Amino acid sequence: MDDERERLIVEQIPHLRRYALALLGDRSAADDLVQDCLERAWSRLTLWRRGSSMRPWLFTIMHNLFINGSGRRRRAAGLLPLDEDTPQPATGGGQEERVELADMAKAITLLPPDQRAALLLVAVEEMSYQEAATVLGVPAGTVMSRLHRARERLAGLRSGGPLQPALRRIK
Amino acid sequence: MSGDRPVQLEDLHAYVDGQLPPTRRAAVEAHLAANPDDARRVDTYRRQTEEIRRLFEPVLSEPVPQRLLRRRAKAEAATARPRLSFLRQAAAILWLAIGAWTGWVAHERLAPVPGAAAPVMASAAMDAHRVYAVEVRHPVEVAADQSDHLFTWLSNRLGGDVRAPSLETAGYRLIGGRLLPSDKGPAAQFMYENAGGERLSLYIARSPGNRETAFRYSEGGGMAAVWWVDGDFGFVLTGHADHQLLQRAAHLAYDGMGR
Repeated sequence: MDDERERLIVEQIPHLRRYALALLGDRSAADDLVQDCLERAWSRLTLWRRGSSMRPWLFTIMHNLFINGSGRRRRAAGLLPLDEDTPQPATGGGQEERVELADMAKAITLLPPDQRAALLLVAVEEMSYQEAATVLGVPAGTVMSRLHRARERLAGLRSGGPLQPALRRIK
Repeated sequence: MSGDRPVQLEDLHAYVDGQLPPTRRAAVEAHLAANPDDARRVDTYRRQTEEIRRLFEPVLSEPVPQRLLRRRAKAEAATARPRLSFLRQAAAILWLAIGAWTGWVAHERLAPVPGAAAPVMASAAMDAHRVYAVEVRHPVEVAADQSDHLFTWLSNRLGGDVRAPSLETAGYRLIGGRLLPSDKGPAAQFMYENAGGERLSLYIARSPGNRETAFRYSEGGGMAAVWWVDGDFGFVLTGHADHQLLQRAAHLAYDGMGR
C-alpha cells in the first residue's frame, strides 16, 4: 500500500522538477521548492484519496507553496514584481531590452506568477485546462485568460512588440 | 455548444493546445484561412509552446537528486509513525459513525494524543468560535481592510509569521481577526464569512515541539472542527458540521500557510 503511493509520488518528481525549474529559472531554488512540496506531500499522504490522480494533488501543493513563498523568493532572486498592468520590466530598457531578451527561460520568469504558472502547466506539463484549473484553484475561464495574457506578453518580450489584436479580448 | 458560434481567442488557444472539441475544428481552420493576423498569432503561440517544451524536456531524463529522495525518511520521522496517525484518524471516523458526540475528550479515551496541548487548543478554538461567530456588530477586533496591520500585530504577539490564508476558492472571505488569551499565551482568531453569512474561524496558537500531524476532525452539537499542527503552531478551523467543506477549507488554509 505504502509502496504503491511512494512509487506514484517518486514517478512525479521529474515532472515537479521540470515545472519548478521553468517557474523559477534557478536550479537550486527549483529543487528547494520541490523538496518543500515533497515534505508536505509525505506528511499529508493519509489525506490523499486512493485512486485519485497524484499529479494534480502534488502540483497543487507545489503551486500553493510557490504562490505563498513567491514574495520572499522573488525579492531574494532580485526579480522585479511585475503586476498585471505593467507593460514591461521597469528597468528603463524599453525597445533594446525587449529585443535582447532572446533567452526564453528568462523571459518566462519575467511573467507575473499567475500567468507564468498557467502557461507552464499547459505548455510544459500539457495539462488540460480543467486540470490546470484544479491545480490553480480557479475556474477554467480564468486559466484561459491568464494563458492568453502570458502568451501575448511573452510574444511582446521576445519580439518588437505585442501582437495586433484582431479579435475580442478574453476578459 | 454548437460549431457555429463565432471563433474567439479561447478557440485559438484550444487549437494550439490540442484541446479544441472536434466540432469546432472546421470553424477554427476556416477562420484561420481567412484571417492572416490570427493565423500568425496561432503560429506564434505554437512556436512558443514548442520552444518552451524543448527547453525543459531534458529535465525529465535527469537523475533525481538524492536530497529529494532522502527527505522522505526525514518527513516520516517528523510525523512519528504516519501509519499510527492514520489509524487514529480511522478510529475518529469510526467513532463518528457510531453516532456518539465526539468531543475531544471522548476521542482521547479512544486513542491518546501525544501531547496534552492538542485537545485543549481545539476546545478553546470551538469555544471562541461559539462566542464570536454569532456576533453581528463585533465579530472581529480588526477588520480585513487593515489586514497588514492585523497580521503584523498578531505575528508580534504570537512570535511567528501569522497571516490569514485565503479561503476564497471555498467561497469564504476574511472579515478580520482578534487576539485571544490561551493557556499557551496569545492566540489569534481569523473570522471568515460566505455569501450566505455562514462563518468559519481559524484559530492559531503556539504548539509545543516542532512537528506536523495529519488533519484531525471532530464534530458535535452542530459544530465541527479540523485541527492540525504545522511547525511551531497549532491550527483549528471551526464551523458548521459540514465535513467536506471543512476539509476543503482546511486544505486551503494548510497550503495557504506555505512556509
